[in-house]
Amino acid sequence: MNQASQGQAELSAPHILEYDYRRSLGPVLSRFFTGLRAGKIHGIKTQSGRVLVPPAEYDPETGEATTDQFVEVGPGGVVETWAWVESPRASHPISQPFAFALIKLDGADTALLHAVDAGDASRMETGMRVTPRWAGESQGSIKDLAYFVPEAEGKADSPEASAEPTTDIVTPVHVEYTYSPGKAASRYLRGLKEGKILGQASDSSGLVYVPPRGACPRDGVPTSREVEVSSKGTVVTLTIVRVPSENIKVELPYCTANILLDGADQSFTGLIQECDLDKVRIGMRVEAVWRDPSEWDYSSENIKHFRPIDEPDVPFEEIKEYC
Amino acid sequence: MRDVAIVSYAQTQFVRSEREQNEVEMLMPVIKEAVDNSGIPKQEIGFTCSGSTDYLSGQSFAFVMAMDAVGAWPPINESHVEMDGAWALYEAWIKIQCGEADSAMVFSFGRSSMGETAETLTLQLDPYTLAPLNADAISLAALQARAGLDAGKWTERDMAEVAARCRAQAKSNPDAQVTGDFDVDKLLTDPYLVSPLRKHDCPPVSDGAAVMIIAAEDAAHKATNKPVWIRSLEHRLDSHQPGGRDLTTSPSTKLAGEAAGVQKTAVDFAELHTPFSHQEIIVREALGLSKATLINPSGGPLAANPLMVAGLARLGESARRIWAGHGSRAIAHATSGPCLQQNLVCILEGE
Repeated sequence: MNQASQGQAELSAPHILEYDYRRSLGPVLSRFFTGLRAGKIHGIKTQSGRVLVPPAEYDPETGEATTDQFVEVGPGGVVETWAWVESPRASHPISQPFAFALIKLDGADTALLHAVDAGDASRMETGMRVTPRWAGESQGSIKDLAYFVPEAEGKADSPEASAEPTTDIVTPVHVEYTYSPGKAASRYLRGLKEGKILGQASDSSGLVYVPPRGACPRDGVPTSREVEVSSKGTVVTLTIVRVPSENIKVELPYCTANILLDGADQSFTGLIQECDLDKVRIGMRVEAVWRDPSEWDYSSENIKHFRPIDEPDVPFEEIKEYC
Repeated sequence: MRDVAIVSYAQTQFVRSEREQNEVEMLMPVIKEAVDNSGIPKQEIGFTCSGSTDYLSGQSFAFVMAMDAVGAWPPINESHVEMDGAWALYEAWIKIQCGEADSAMVFSFGRSSMGETAETLTLQLDPYTLAPLNADAISLAALQARAGLDAGKWTERDMAEVAARCRAQAKSNPDAQVTGDFDVDKLLTDPYLVSPLRKHDCPPVSDGAAVMIIAAEDAAHKATNKPVWIRSLEHRLDSHQPGGRDLTTSPSTKLAGEAAGVQKTAVDFAELHTPFSHQEIIVREALGLSKATLINPSGGPLAANPLMVAGLARLGESARRIWAGHGSRAIAHATSGPCLQQNLVCILEGE
C-alpha cells in the first residue's frame, strides 16, 4: 500500500502478480514445439484419421488416445473465423490493429488459433489464405510462429533452423490490478499512517482482531467497534529463519514471531531484532519500533521491527490459547 | 436420488466497481440474509461450498479468507471450487445426494473490477498453445460470433436484439447494472469493439456476491413452505481448443440438457448464463427452447456479469422469480471457460 491514494473515501494501490511457470511438454507437444523451431508445423492423427493441430494426446471427440503418427501441415492455411482487434492490448502478440483467427492449415482437420497481421480489417475475409511469419529468434514457444499474413503478401519465410529439441516451455504470468482493501483494512492503514495500530472488536464475542478485515472469523458477524491496541505485546510463537528466500530483504538469520499486542485477541506477525535471537522465547515482552514519522505511509512497513522490553515474561498459562 | 430444494437465496446489488468493501465485507450481509431466510439455524447447515477465483483481484488464498464471512468456528465441513458458484452448488448437491449432509450453503463472490477481466480470463486457457497469445475473452467470443454470422445462424441485428431485450427486461431487477431501453437500429450504428462484437454484445464488468441455501427432503420442508426443487442438475464440457469444435453449436449444453430432461419439460422461463449476445442464440438452440420462451427475465449476464457469481445467480434469479409467483418451472444454465466450453443445466420447480 505504499502508493495508496490520499482520498478519505477509499484506499487503493497498484498490485502486480507476476511469475513464470516452467512446464514439461510431454512427447506430443514437445514434437510440436521442436518442429516450430525449424519452421515446421506438426499435427497428429487420431484413430479415426483426423489430423489435430495443435496436436493433442487424445481425441477430444472420443476421448481415445491419438496415434503416434505426426503429420506436417501447412505452412499456409485458410481463415475459418476472425476477430478484428482495433485497439490491441499491451499483452497482445501484435501492437498495431490485427486479427485473431482460427486457421485451418493445409492438411489439418482442426484450426489453430493465432494472430494475423493484415494491416486493416478490410483486408480480412473468412476463407482467405494466410501464411506464417516466423520469429527472428526461437523462444521455444507458440510465439516462434510470430503471426500469419495474407498469402498475397508472399510465401512463407523460414526461421533459422535449430536442431535443439524443446522439452519444456516457460509461460510467464503477468496480471495487473488496482486493489482496494475494503473498509476495515482501510481504517487500519489510515491508523498506521498516524502511528496507531487499530483493531476491530467482534459484535458477538468482543474479541479484538488486528489487522481487522471487517468480520469476526469465528462467528461471521461484523466487527463494528474500533479499538486502538498497544504497540507493546507478548511473543506467542516464533521461528528463526536461516535460509534465504526471494523477496526477503532482511539479513540472515532473523526471527519472525507472532506477537499478541496488548488489547488484541489475535496475534500479529513481526520481526524481532535488537537482541540475541537465541534469547527470543514464548512469553517474552516486546514493543514495536516505528520508523521516523516523516516516513509513515499507509503501510505495515511503518513498523520496522519489535524489540524486547524490560518487563517480566507472561506465564505460558495466560497466553496458551494463542500459542 | 434425494429431492433437493433451494430454500433461500440472496445476492448483492451487482455494480461496476465495489471499491468500498472487500470480499468479506461484501459477503457478510448476504450470507446473513440467506441464512436468516432459510429457516435453518446456521450451526445446522451441514456443508459449505464456495466458488471463486483468487486471480480476479490477485489476492492469494482470498477463497480461504472469505470463510471469515461465514464464521467457521467450531470447525465446519467446507470446500471450494475454482469455478463459478453454480459448480459449487453441484458439489454441494452431490454431497447431499451421497447422504453426507442434509443441507448446504453455497456462495460465490468476485471483484473483477480490481483487474482487467478480459485479460485475467486468459489464465484459464491452455497454457501451451493459447495463453501465451493472450487471446482475451472478448476476442475469443468475437471469433465465435463471426463463425455464426458466416454460417447464417444469426445476424448482427439478431445479436443487438438480444442485448436490447435483456437490458429492457433488467429494468425490473433492482440488482442489475446495465438496464434501459435501447434502440436496435441505433445500437447497430455503434463502432465495433472487437469486430464483429460491439459494446452492447459484451457483458459489463461487474462486482458482486451471491449465497444460496439448499436442503434435502424433510429438511427442506421443515425449513420453508416454498421450496424450489432442483429436479435435475447436469454438466458436460467440450474441448478446450476453440479450433477443435464447431463454435456455432454447443454440444455440451445439448448433452447436459438431454441428461437433465430439458427437451421433454415445458418451462415458464429460462435463465441462461450467456455473457455475449450471440451465445443466447446458441444455448437456446442447444436446449431446444422455442422463440416464445421467456429468456433471462432478470436481464441475464448482459445486464450484470459478476464473474464466478453470474452462473449461480441464474439459479438464484430463477428461484426468486418462482417465489414471486411469476412461473412455476424454469431452466437455469451456467457456463464456464471460453466460448461456452463447459455448461451446466438444471430444471427448477416450485411446489
